[in-house]
Amino acid sequence: MSDLLAARSQMAVSLAFHIIFAVIGIAMPVLMVIAERRWQRTRDPVYLDLAKRWARGTAILFAVGAVSGTVLSFELGLLWPRFMALAGPIIGMPFSLEGFAFFTEAIFLGVYLYGWERVSPRAHLLAGVLVALSGAASGIFVVIANAWMNTPTGFTFANGAFTDIDPIAAMRTPAALPQTLHMTLAAYAATGLGVAGIHAFLLLKNRTSAFNRAALTIGLLVGAPAAVLQPISGDIAARSVARRQPVKLAAMEELYETRAGAPLTLGPGIEIPYALSLLAFHDPHAVQGLNAVPRAEWPNVPLVHWSFDIMVSLGTYLALVGLWAGWLALRKRDVTMHRRFLAALAVAAPCGFLALEAGWTVTELGRQPWVIFGILKTADAVTPMPGLIVPFTAITLLYCGLAAVVSVVLYRQIIRSPA
Amino acid sequence: MLSLPNVLAGIILSALTAYVLFGGADFGGGVWDLLASGPRKDQQRRLVAHAIGPVWEANHVWLILAIVLLFTCFPMGFARLAIVLHVPLTLMLIGIVLRGSAFVFQTYGGGGGRVFATASLVTPVLLGICVGAVASGAVGDAGRGTGEGFYAGYIAPWLTPFALAVGVFALACFAFLAAVYLTLEAEEPELREDFRQRAFIAAAAVLVLAVVGWALFRHTLPLNHRVIALTGAAALGTFWSLWKRRYWLARLAAAVEVALVVLGWGVAQYPYLLPPDLTIAESAAPRVTLELALTAVIAGAVVLFPSLYYLMRIFKGPIIRKTPSVAPPTTPRARPQ
Repeated sequence: MSDLLAARSQMAVSLAFHIIFAVIGIAMPVLMVIAERRWQRTRDPVYLDLAKRWARGTAILFAVGAVSGTVLSFELGLLWPRFMALAGPIIGMPFSLEGFAFFTEAIFLGVYLYGWERVSPRAHLLAGVLVALSGAASGIFVVIANAWMNTPTGFTFANGAFTDIDPIAAMRTPAALPQTLHMTLAAYAATGLGVAGIHAFLLLKNRTSAFNRAALTIGLLVGAPAAVLQPISGDIAARSVARRQPVKLAAMEELYETRAGAPLTLGPGIEIPYALSLLAFHDPHAVQGLNAVPRAEWPNVPLVHWSFDIMVSLGTYLALVGLWAGWLALRKRDVTMHRRFLAALAVAAPCGFLALEAGWTVTELGRQPWVIFGILKTADAVTPMPGLIVPFTAITLLYCGLAAVVSVVLYRQIIRSPA
Repeated sequence: MLSLPNVLAGIILSALTAYVLFGGADFGGGVWDLLASGPRKDQQRRLVAHAIGPVWEANHVWLILAIVLLFTCFPMGFARLAIVLHVPLTLMLIGIVLRGSAFVFQTYGGGGGRVFATASLVTPVLLGICVGAVASGAVGDAGRGTGEGFYAGYIAPWLTPFALAVGVFALACFAFLAAVYLTLEAEEPELREDFRQRAFIAAAAVLVLAVVGWALFRHTLPLNHRVIALTGAAALGTFWSLWKRRYWLARLAAAVEVALVVLGWGVAQYPYLLPPDLTIAESAAPRVTLELALTAVIAGAVVLFPSLYYLMRIFKGPIIRKTPSVAPPTTPRARPQ
């Protein structure tokens, strides 16, 4: 394994691990606040139990997210010092703002978790709302920094250095809106349907548990609308990629040659004429193929393509489950008693998280070989330190162990029905 | 001199100081968890868990803030730091991950108490080693050894007696802070005496290690004697107030003492970010970035300080006012299910 590959792998493992905790840290507080609000209105102890369990879940995941996020902020420099030396002044801004948003989240999470008996019910609920808002804000800031790596703006680049930098213009990079929208919805869809799916699975075994029914309903309330809206944000994101990173789009669709009226390839030999052009540009415009750039500037085409297809398939499934939930609700059917719906929802539980990982694989691998698209190659950003396979192995083992422990603790603390 | 880069370097040093005073004490708590002994062993551990539970994550964010501001405002310095100190920084990160997650698992009944305590011991030493390496000038280009190879480039700069001494010194400071703070948090007199005793031991260790560190220092940096005198005065103040059992005063004096140690490091290094050659002014980002970062810090502080005050008032208020705690400990420890 080369040092570059080891560094990329370590970054990938760190991000893949952190992202799960980050999205749950964004969306779980929303579920927890809804449960608490329902408890305050109905005084049904089931909701209080849920709010407390979800708060505990948020606490565990937030803690792991906080420390794995610390690892990432250091790794930016430990693995990519030349990237940070160059880009720090431009994209430090969203990271700094993220730092403050994250700080606010940590403070109010402390108030929420330990303050049940120490602050008024209204202040307690407000603390939960602030946790949810600052969580969403910190996610958005970090994704903006990533968006800048895809569509760098706000500088003049000459002789290997940035001049005339404008960090505010950099934050308004064109990919920022599509990416933050897509990611924020993904957080709510994955977490909401993940929670609903777990409780659907438990309900299939025991249909009478009021606890599981309440949990499922709140999970759906957050997850289903996000899952239904996600394809729209996906369309916005894909068109942004088509315009600004045509090579990435070509890899996503495995389009080797530039074609007008490009077809969408669904599988070997199955093509929908014009569909790709229509999807990418909303007209039969030509779609640039991989052949437009030298081979050395291609990303790993099969991996990007397959990840993209996995993401789209899973996302479509989640959107359909979301629509089904809406349809059942419109017809005033009890979603918690509908056996086939529960089965579909249980299957959906891990799908959002898998789609999320696949989606990040598309956007990160699709940008390769660049770390700053069109400006700096990943190979030129890596640290000169040799033997990077050692930290890569250490971090991987650490995170595998942590993932196992987190799963056990979460199961004991939240999912297991009250006795 | 009040230039923009200096102001931001000062803010970063302040964030680091806050991390040491708050987050450092949380690490020190882990040390006392590891060293819990005597008839009140379990109460000592419970007190530590109860004291750091609601606040450790907020305390931890000071480090993130310092690092983010460092790479925004002094990207060259950050890059060099990350290259030369790759090994101890990575080890420190592993320690941070293990400490944080083991603590939360312990709180929620997943075990991990020993991991929490051990990681609390190792992480501060690594942090101190990094600081020691910077202060000794080994991270600056001119200060680095001339040898070739992995050892010369990535191990020798920080594996020095001085850096190791600073590492152990940092650990002693954190344990000292925690013990002094805990005298104020303990409700029962016996438990308070336990931590008073530990505070004396830790204070003595801090003193001895300060002398050792000073002896090993290569005197490349000018030490500011006024700051040293003030630190010594604060140390005496802590001893005296602990002796007189004035715990509130002891907490204040201990915090001032350790803050002055960090400040003394900053003053000694000035005007260098990474002695002996990379100055604050040279390594600073373009002016527009610094202006925006300062704006973000001010705006962030407007949100942050009232929130932090609120957090501390809720959970540390009864202690600070020295009234008996209102409610019994509400730590959601593992409840039998």
